[in-house]
Amino acid sequence: MNTNVATMKGKTADVEKDASMRKQKEMMAAHYDRLTAVPQTGEKVCSTFVPGNLNELIGCFDLLNNLPEVNAIQNGLRRTSGQYVLEAEKIGHSEDVCTYVKSDIGMIAKGNIAPNGKPFPNPDVLLLSYTGCFTFMKWFELLREQYQCETIMLHTPYMGDGKITPNMIQYMVKQLREEVIPKLERVSGVKFDIDRLRERLARSAQAEENLVHVLQSARRRPSPIDAYFGGIYYIGPIFGAFRGTEDAIQYYRFLREEIDARVAAGTGPITPEGDMGPEKYRLVVEGPPNYTNFRQFWKMFYDEGAVVVASSYTKVGGVYDLGFRHDPQRPLETLAEYCLGVYTNRSLPMRIEMLSNYIEEYGADGLLINSIKSCNSFSAGQLLMMREIEKRTGKPAAFIESDLVDPRYFSAANIKNRLESYFQMVEQRRAGARSAA
Amino acid sequence: MNAQAMKTFVGIDLGSTTTKSVLLDESQRVIGRGITNSRSNYATAARVAGEEARVDGRFTLIRRTLTEGGLLGEGLEDFLADLERSFRLEQFIERLDDLESTCIGQLKGGRFAALEDRLREALVETFRRLRGEAPEMFAPGAKRKSDFFRDIAGARFYANAETVAREGAFPYEVLLNAYDKAIIDVENRPPSGGLNDHFRRALARVLASADGVGAGAADGIRAGVESSIGIDLEETYLVGTGYGRVTLPFSKEHIRSEILCHGLGAHLMYPRTRTVLDIGGQDTKGIQVDDHGIVTSFQMNDRCAAGCGRYLGYIADEMNMGLHELGPMAMKSDRPARINSTCTVFAGAELRDRLSLGEKREDIVAGLHRAIILRAISIISRSGGVTNEFTFTGGVAKNQAAVRELRQVVNENYGEVAININPDSIYTGALGAAEFARRAYEGGARPEGRA
Repeated sequence: MNTNVATMKGKTADVEKDASMRKQKEMMAAHYDRLTAVPQTGEKVCSTFVPGNLNELIGCFDLLNNLPEVNAIQNGLRRTSGQYVLEAEKIGHSEDVCTYVKSDIGMIAKGNIAPNGKPFPNPDVLLLSYTGCFTFMKWFELLREQYQCETIMLHTPYMGDGKITPNMIQYMVKQLREEVIPKLERVSGVKFDIDRLRERLARSAQAEENLVHVLQSARRRPSPIDAYFGGIYYIGPIFGAFRGTEDAIQYYRFLREEIDARVAAGTGPITPEGDMGPEKYRLVVEGPPNYTNFRQFWKMFYDEGAVVVASSYTKVGGVYDLGFRHDPQRPLETLAEYCLGVYTNRSLPMRIEMLSNYIEEYGADGLLINSIKSCNSFSAGQLLMMREIEKRTGKPAAFIESDLVDPRYFSAANIKNRLESYFQMVEQRRAGARSAA
Repeated sequence: MNAQAMKTFVGIDLGSTTTKSVLLDESQRVIGRGITNSRSNYATAARVAGEEARVDGRFTLIRRTLTEGGLLGEGLEDFLADLERSFRLEQFIERLDDLESTCIGQLKGGRFAALEDRLREALVETFRRLRGEAPEMFAPGAKRKSDFFRDIAGARFYANAETVAREGAFPYEVLLNAYDKAIIDVENRPPSGGLNDHFRRALARVLASADGVGAGAADGIRAGVESSIGIDLEETYLVGTGYGRVTLPFSKEHIRSEILCHGLGAHLMYPRTRTVLDIGGQDTKGIQVDDHGIVTSFQMNDRCAAGCGRYLGYIADEMNMGLHELGPMAMKSDRPARINSTCTVFAGAELRDRLSLGEKREDIVAGLHRAIILRAISIISRSGGVTNEFTFTGGVAKNQAAVRELRQVVNENYGEVAININPDSIYTGALGAAEFARRAYEGGARPEGRA
């Protein structure tokens, strides 16, 4: 979900050598170069969002994928989002608006510069696959006003009843056939070829298989990965512009081999400062991370020996560990099922179920919620979920607050205080009442 | 003197406004409590609070010894109160001497050069008068606005220096300037350590003025006090908590989160506690604990100090009142104003606006108390609500008006709930920390560098 692999590199030679990191960095750099070279190459650009993205379909029309959330994350990690947020507020966006949106709007206002230092091209089409976040719709409404380009909306019904019905799939396939594909053909000038789509979907499934293998490695003790902070790097290619490509297949193969090697060696996760020390706490985390102080935030965990063994955020661009794989035999239906199943489109009871199961399956000590100030669609219901999960699992939970990319909302002392209290609380619960020191 | 040693377990709570210390013995009994202002120097605050707790501990030991000896009968409490006042006077005079010499030390050269001799005379005179007033300040029934040296000495220094300056046609500001510079040094200087001599002198003064204590009894009392002050209060294990904890050179084993400490402290005070509300200087905590005092859930304010003690401090400043005067004023109101603002700064604006509209001060202040309690209740709700019994701690728990509003709001939302407020509630966090220290030691932990 980001290109900032350089910041991930630790001080140890082993970290430097990781083939998957090198590969991801090359992929992202090449992608940004390709995007910013559009004025010369004449390629066409489709802006779309991570949850429910139709990357395989976009690729069938030779469109280049540009993801505004990923750009906002880049700006958060590179510490430029603060100025962009202020710029957007100057334009008139309120303090409470999603900071991904404001970072994007501010970036556009300040020259729309990509991480490689060159300007982003204007999109030729905005493809909104609506999967539970209402703000996405308003965001593209703003971008449509800005770019005056074609807008396509694929409506994904919310899984309010906790299941996908045949009607839902039919409804989405109809939209794909009658709305999405014809418009993409028109914008791109490329005729839709379902066999091309099948090939891409088959490649997606291969990469997904390896991603799941990596994520589920966290069931081991010690966990060889951090499934939240590290997990964000691992989901990058598949949630971003590379699902359905050979590059993604190669990346996840490398990653799988590296993680298997860590399992064989019995080592824990890699952190920005090298291998993590002994694993003391195993957590399940709900909610996105903070990106403006990402490393500082992560350090608060690994310094205490806390590893995240499962997280919901690494499922926002697709829930693969519950069995879903893109299926080339049912190309449009599988796209519909993928969109329906992403984490943001799941009801609160489904989210509770999923997180409770993670706590059990991954042998976690408890649940931590990082509630995002400017993201109501993620935050609504989180306290309720927390209480219910505590009740079901009997494991302690804690609640911290920060923001995605607005640096003003990261209060390090407060967060550290709560995290330390939480870790000590876990310790105390573990030790039991008698020897609670 | 005997070489008897006593194991003590020290809890230190480094709050944003005050630093508290509690001393526990091996049987989990509180031996002493100490408090000081946190200044900007947590290391000194921790040392001073610790010292205060040890002084308090001495009084506890003296009380135990004299009770066992049965020498004073019903006069014991009065005797102990006299002894403590006399001891505090000794301490106060010692620090006044230090303050005087530090003030005079400031006069060397620079901009004081031209006035040096006259200034010295003025300072000597000011401090002579201060020392003269001191016994009165520590007399039975005397009211002191604060127990902190800075506050007591400061107020009287200002008053006396003003008179001295006026009498000598001397610029008052120059004296103030010397004081302002000196007080920081004096405040941050550790106590001289001659505490036992203070006790002896204090005892001599009390015995000299005591009627009805015969020579035999006086010898017995002297022996009792000597044996008590001769006990070595060994700092067996220490645990620090509160916001300042990270600035202290404590290793991780000696640090606990204040949330856990408040939970455990409240449990020790009231074992049936299930919900704890702590309103401190800059944070408000809603904590749920189980029947062992173990925290099961918590919520805190973040980024915003509205709903904390500082909010009331700010309002007091805006109204040019002392913080301790706010509660009594609000208690006079029977129609609290509805204050919607939860932002401290906006509350100041709202206050001025309402005053200009002619609303009664007590109604506005009562409304502000309600506003902070509503804010606190929202934090409690998010932590899991109020479950019987409910313990209210922190500096704001001393404020009657805040307590009245809390009772009402809790009753409206959760019905009949037992609400516990301990007179020593400000020490809740330090008590929890001391118990963590005791348990750590019991569990085999030892401080670094000790066997």
